[in-house]
Amino acid sequence: MAEKISFFQYWNRYLKRCITGPWSLLCGLSVTLKYFFNPKRIVTEQYPENRKTLKMHERYRGRLEMIEDAEGNNHCTACGMCERACPNASINVLPTKNIAGKKVLGRYVYHFASCTQCGLCVEACPFGAIRMGQEFEVSTTDPSTLEMILNKKEGQG
Amino acid sequence: MFVPSVTNPIGDFVRELVPQVAAFLPASLQSDTLNSVVAFLINALICVVAVCLVNIGSAPILIYMERKVCAHVQCRLGPMRLGWHGTIQTVADVLKMLFKEVYAPSGADKLMFYLAPLIVLIGPFIVCALIPFGRNLVVADVSMGIPLIIAVNGFGVLGILLGGWSSNNKYSLLGALRSGAQMISYEISFAMILLFVVMISGSTNLMSITMGQEGTIFDWWVFKIPVLGLIAFVLFFISSTAEMNRAPFDIAEAEQELTGGYHTEYNGTPFAMFYLAEYIALVTNSALATTCFLGGFLPPCIGVAFIDNYLNMVPGVIWFFAKVYFMIWCYMMVRWTFVRPRVDQLMDFEWKFLLPVNLLLLVAGAAYIALVG
Repeated sequence: MAEKISFFQYWNRYLKRCITGPWSLLCGLSVTLKYFFNPKRIVTEQYPENRKTLKMHERYRGRLEMIEDAEGNNHCTACGMCERACPNASINVLPTKNIAGKKVLGRYVYHFASCTQCGLCVEACPFGAIRMGQEFEVSTTDPSTLEMILNKKEGQG
Repeated sequence: MFVPSVTNPIGDFVRELVPQVAAFLPASLQSDTLNSVVAFLINALICVVAVCLVNIGSAPILIYMERKVCAHVQCRLGPMRLGWHGTIQTVADVLKMLFKEVYAPSGADKLMFYLAPLIVLIGPFIVCALIPFGRNLVVADVSMGIPLIIAVNGFGVLGILLGGWSSNNKYSLLGALRSGAQMISYEISFAMILLFVVMISGSTNLMSITMGQEGTIFDWWVFKIPVLGLIAFVLFFISSTAEMNRAPFDIAEAEQELTGGYHTEYNGTPFAMFYLAEYIALVTNSALATTCFLGGFLPPCIGVAFIDNYLNMVPGVIWFFAKVYFMIWCYMMVRWTFVRPRVDQLMDFEWKFLLPVNLLLLVAGAAYIALVG
């Protein structure tokens, strides 16, 4: 296993390690010292105490919700891309026809119980009509509340 | 008749006080022998209580401190719930540990099994008794302090080996053997560094080693001998970390490999004693580093009379514990920063690096004393 090296090479390596070893240790120590003396670096939350002020990170994926403007209008065209993207059939897009006979969104049924919050539906949506919410206290004692209809209004098309 | 006595400053005080109090007693109770025996008993009691107070009292503080330092290094907050910033958490843990049922695994050697944690505790307690905490605060002011410390440190290895062997568990045995090999190896460089200190200070008594550093901060052994003192201090730091079985040298209890090392089978109070021994060893090793390199209980004077006057007003005990806790903090930062070397790398480091450097350091120190000192 040991490769053949001359004594001179061995000695050189030994001396080199005496310098590089402590240097790398000092580099590591500088990182931990920086963390130790900077309380702003702390990332854990004191959850039940600060639930009023706790804000999730932007990348947090909570419950699926529809992006609506002030009047409750959404961008959904009932194309069904999200329904197809969903790996465990948690979304049912039920289209309907408006007065002009055009296909619009009727009900956007979302089964939160089977949703894994993977976010594939948000990626698949070509109109940016849905997003993952920021709410993190989503547990419930009543399973019937896990079936929800996301849109308040029928789609405009 | 042989009258035992402990030579220390508190003992002198007690020996003076006891005959004065005895003068009030009836004449039948007055005799020099009785006085000295009573003085000895009182003195011994004070000393035992003091050592236990320093050792056992510092353990919960250290556990709390370790958790907090660990947490802040890892961008966490640590215990926050129980009491102000989780201060009562340690008390709860200690209580939980004490009220647990104590049992030994079947096939274990019961006597050895329960003796091992006691033996581990001997070393740190004796070392603590030798360390001067202040000008008049030392339990046993013996002239052969350093050799005695080197000698009693061997109890740690014995306890760990016994604990691992008597557990009747292969992981315990493996952990104990590994740690035995490690501690015996590193004890050599540990002793060498202490010998270096003995050589430059010209005394094996810890009190006179401390008093040899009197003066400004540059008279401490770390700085007094240029470069060599600093190298010796770093080497002492490394070898004492290994001596205490603390990370990065925690081969003995490498959790990922050995489930817990030599104390896998221990629970309840015996386990708490192993834990306690680990933290008392931390205190005593820091105290030893403080005494040998950082001027012990002497204030860090900088040579400016105005500031030095204020520094001198603070009692020596406070300086001593401030330095000890600074050292402990250093040990903790090292523990939570560095990664554990493999067993063969650990041995390589001791036999191929630390020991040669130690020998060179001894030669260089001797040359320095011959040429300069």
